[in-house]
Amino acid sequence: MTTRLRVLDDGAWISVDDSREVRVSELWRLDAPGFCACDLVDLVVENFQEVGVDGAGVEARVYGQCIACGATGTTGWVPIGRVRGGEFTEIDRSAVRRVGP
Amino acid sequence: MPTDVENWKSEAYGNEVRDRLFEFAEEGYESIPDDERDAWFERFKWWGLYHQRNGQEGYFMMRIGTPNGVLEPGQLRTVGEIADEYARGPGTNPVFGDAYADFTTRQSIQLHWIELSDVPAIFEKLEENGLSTQQACGDSWRNIVGNPVAGKDGQEVIDAWPVIAELNETFKGNDDHANLPRKWKVSVTGSADGSGQGDINDLAFEPAYKTVGGAGDGDETEDVVGFNVRVGGGLARNEPRLARDIDVWVPPERVSDVAGGLSALFRDNGDREDRYNARVKFLVDEWGADEVRETLQEEYVDFELETAGRDVREEYSYNAGEGERNDLIGVHGQKDGTNFVGLNVLVGRMGAADVLNLADLAEEYGSGEVRLSQRQNVIVTDVPDDAIDEFLDEPLLDHYSPSPSPFMRGSVACTGTEFCSLSIVETKNRQVRFARWLKANVDLPDDVDEFHIHLSGCTASCAQPQIADVSLRGMKTRKDGDPVEALDVGLGGGLGEDPQFARWVTQRVPVDEVPGAIANLVESFAAERDEDESFRAFVAGHDDDELDAFVDPEETDYEDPMMHNTKRTWYPYAENDSMEDAPSTPADD
Ligand code: HEM
Ligand code: SF4
Ligand SMILES: [Zn+2]
Repeated sequence: MTTRLRVLDDGAWISVDDSREVRVSELWRLDAPGFCACDLVDLVVENFQEVGVDGAGVEARVYGQCIACGATGTTGWVPIGRVRGGEFTEIDRSAVRRVGP
Repeated sequence: MPTDVENWKSEAYGNEVRDRLFEFAEEGYESIPDDERDAWFERFKWWGLYHQRNGQEGYFMMRIGTPNGVLEPGQLRTVGEIADEYARGPGTNPVFGDAYADFTTRQSIQLHWIELSDVPAIFEKLEENGLSTQQACGDSWRNIVGNPVAGKDGQEVIDAWPVIAELNETFKGNDDHANLPRKWKVSVTGSADGSGQGDINDLAFEPAYKTVGGAGDGDETEDVVGFNVRVGGGLARNEPRLARDIDVWVPPERVSDVAGGLSALFRDNGDREDRYNARVKFLVDEWGADEVRETLQEEYVDFELETAGRDVREEYSYNAGEGERNDLIGVHGQKDGTNFVGLNVLVGRMGAADVLNLADLAEEYGSGEVRLSQRQNVIVTDVPDDAIDEFLDEPLLDHYSPSPSPFMRGSVACTGTEFCSLSIVETKNRQVRFARWLKANVDLPDDVDEFHIHLSGCTASCAQPQIADVSLRGMKTRKDGDPVEALDVGLGGGLGEDPQFARWVTQRVPVDEVPGAIANLVESFAAERDEDESFRAFVAGHDDDELDAFVDPEETDYEDPMMHNTKRTWYPYAENDSMEDAPSTPADD
């Protein structure tokens, strides 16, 4: 069965199979050297731009701001969770997320 | 590739959604098929229903569109009764209680905690009383805004109310204009004060004179009043734009043709593949005003467009930062010799009991009519001179004052984390706390009696932060290592003849340091301003670094009980506020 993934309400949240799973306003730690000069980006998630899959992993590109240095922009693909047996599990919020291109 | 939203809209949208909405209401929330929820919630917006944020599953915000903010006699009572009966949910707001109505920055009304099963009964009651939620949200003609006292205002150049009423009649429920690429916000203003705030709308009609005639043998010419047209304003997403002058003047009887032409132009040419690029402001960026005009002329109207007429922008005072009538608060003369009385509704929210009380007073002292402004305030119209004193003595007006403190009067706030999915921070209650603290602790220079502070919970800018003296926008920061709610601070925005967006000078101020920052800013303003200089002019005279230094965040005796991530709660003010304690979806009854 395929998983339905969507960005809805102007980027406010990510829907997985018509259920609201991931939302803006969280602080995420990113290992994303391209985003800003900080060792780890301390990102306020303001808007989801796109959501996609990589195997069982679900990832998203997000617009936000690094609150350590003030840089703003859209990230590469950030892991947000996994789908197992049709169930979505969000990545632990305190995890450091390694960002793909 | 068209977006999911476009696909859903092409399957079903607009008027036809109503029958399914009623069926779902009848059969219960759970009857919406699991794999169609996203689609239906998107479509429900067209009927003014917006699903509240997560943690509040199954509860809806309901928006009632009141064209130009006009509530005819009796309609405010209807709103109060509906709020009282239906806008009650599992969460109680510590400032506003259990049932309330929000007056919005686009002259509409929002109710919260609405259950799907109640929708048919609410619609029936609204419609019996001439009110509607149709197109209050969604990708279509939204509530039309303007000078709320159109038709009554002593300062009026032309009565815009018949024009607004005609547009509303023509474009509400009109299948040709029901499915646009994105929202379509229209403003029509007939007064010389700029109170329709046309500059920040997708389409604006502003009063202008045009000399006509003179071409024939008798060279009689005549100055006719009509409207100049601007297109492509809007504030959202860090991409604020002022509406652009497309060099067109229209007489009142042609407004509907030109508005319909532009709406069709947007329908056919707006970006349906990327919702972030869909607003007409981006199309105007891409095409330029000239091409918009040419395309309108060639493809969307069947008469020769006039070039722009002589506008009255130099008289614009509304939200202009200085001069008379920055807002419509207080007692003002009407054309017919009676008065309108603007009352301050702090952050636009009024408890249902107060709404009903106000409806009584409007009937007792005026005609029963009430109007809403774009500064989230309410205006009681048609009050005769000899009733004014007694009206002003009414106890309700202690709370909703016609002569409030500048900090109360200037406060505007959006919905925020209480209900909104996009929000980053708590807003309305916070702005109430800010206003009370500022009123008690900060003195403006004696000659300054207006000071606008607008708080938006995110960059969507529903509180119109970019056009305030002090703009506050939701952010996060760390304080002693812990994440806390924060605000970006912008300064010097406003409308008027030469509108200007605020400059964001100070970033990520922890919320508990914001009142101190504003106090320090006001102190520097008072000390450093040139004689009589307005705040907006003062800001214009300094660079960003100087202004950043004036802002100077500081802890004070202001305490903020909502520093934590209020979005992670199911309701910020609940005693057990964690998501695990969220109420289940409302049972069907
Ligand atoms: C559930 C609460 C709300 C949600 C989810 C919401 C959503 C949004 C979104 C997504 C935008 C961005 C618009 C865009 O890019 O086209 C926006 C802008 C705006 N909304 Fe809201 N809104 C809410 C409440 C309000 C309220 C209370 C008002 C007053 C009627 C309002 C009026 C506006 C205005 C004036 C803008 C300004 C920006 C513009 O026109 O570009 N919204 N809102
Ligand atoms: S500005 Fe943002 S937080 Fe405030 S109501 Fe609009 S969308 Fe929600
Ligand atoms: Zn950084």
